[in-house]
Amino acid sequence: MLAKRIIPCLDVRDGRVVKGTRFVDIRDAGDPVERASFYNSEGADELVFLDITASVEGRRAIVDVVRKTAEVVFIPLTVGGGIDSTDFMDELLQSGADKVSLNTAALKRPALISEGAQRFGNQCIVIAIDACRIKDKPDTEELRWEVYTHGGRTPTGRDAVEWAVEAEKLGAGEILLTSMDADGTQDGYDLDLLAAVTGAVKIPVIASGGAGTLKHMYEALTAGNAHAVLAASILHYGTFRIAEIKDYLSEKGLPVRPVEHQE
Amino acid sequence: MSGIVIVDSGSANLRSIFKAAEMVSLKPVISNDPDIIARARAIIFPGVGFFDHAVEALNKNNLADALLAVIAKNKPFLGICLGMQLLLTESEESKNEICSVKGLDAIQGKVKRFPDTLHVPHVGWNQVEPLQNHPLFDSLNRGTYFYFTHSYYVKPEIKDYNLALTDYGFPFTSAVISGNTFGVQFHPEKSGPAGLRLLSNFGKIIADQS
Repeated sequence: MLAKRIIPCLDVRDGRVVKGTRFVDIRDAGDPVERASFYNSEGADELVFLDITASVEGRRAIVDVVRKTAEVVFIPLTVGGGIDSTDFMDELLQSGADKVSLNTAALKRPALISEGAQRFGNQCIVIAIDACRIKDKPDTEELRWEVYTHGGRTPTGRDAVEWAVEAEKLGAGEILLTSMDADGTQDGYDLDLLAAVTGAVKIPVIASGGAGTLKHMYEALTAGNAHAVLAASILHYGTFRIAEIKDYLSEKGLPVRPVEHQE
Repeated sequence: MSGIVIVDSGSANLRSIFKAAEMVSLKPVISNDPDIIARARAIIFPGVGFFDHAVEALNKNNLADALLAVIAKNKPFLGICLGMQLLLTESEESKNEICSVKGLDAIQGKVKRFPDTLHVPHVGWNQVEPLQNHPLFDSLNRGTYFYFTHSYYVKPEIKDYNLALTDYGFPFTSAVISGNTFGVQFHPEKSGPAGLRLLSNFGKIIADQS
């Protein structure tokens, strides 16, 4: 059985791990290579580095972080944040990343998805979608979500479900779907958003934003039909260990990769 | 252990497999030189990307004959992901969707796309069921999880080539064998302790040959 994946997300700024709440209020959470090794030994199924560095010089640091991490961590590594060319994708992949996650640049120029997919394969291209509920709508209208870019600061006017479908057509291999409403709240994933996107695409969807309890993760993987859950705060601050999460999901009947001991 | 060559066919992420091999005390070199490859003690042949691009790259660099020479001598050979698929006769994966593309034909059979009724690509950790007690899977329990990411799978013509199966909608071949030529669809270099164990087992197979 294909296992449901637990994926710690490390937000990296200027080479350090940080975690924001609702995309602001940044707090320091440590050295990325150390944190990556820790989660690897804890039984993480993959890791995501999201580079939230603003400066171009600072952005070079992520290449170094990837390179050092890939020397000691032998699970899949996804890197996102500011990737706007296939050459930069190539540099990250050559440094040891397995997938790159595109967001703002892909919305500006969707052909970047197909260019990346053709050069590196669909499996390398993850599309990160930051979606926010459209609240001021008539009661009769169905739920809709708008895509935001630039770390959740800029509304695009695009519908999140439609963008997911287009990204899949262009060659995306996975979707990393973040609910901006839920992110950092620990109140649970936006299950309506998840169900809407997983119902519209065939490619795997990673649920992100809002994990506070084990039940939240279970719901994202069942009601939300996600293939994987991304988690940051509840792991970084030790609320749960990955083994606890996997034990819980396993008891509930979901397939998970057992936590192995490193040799 | 030296004399192990990781084949650089231009597309693969070689750094991860290099580091993973080092981690289990293999001392590989990375090369795209046909002479070095043909004289190798053992070959690791990784691959990600497209079948037809990879075939073009192999032909351009005269690597196909060098790889076939190693296989003909029954030197230990480990194809990974696309590197495994390239061992087969032909693949459906092509820019030109009408005709199939020829592989190395070291293992007779086809590379086929997963049906659209499944989530494609097949991404994530799935269980591998070896069909025999083989040294490549030494100390790896039946049903051990390995990391997969692929849209195409191999279908050998005869069952004897099947070393392990994995279930994704149906049982597909996740490892192949022909003498000392092995292929795995999953990524041992991304499969945590289980993957490192498989690479270490491959190292033991190499040591036993020498």
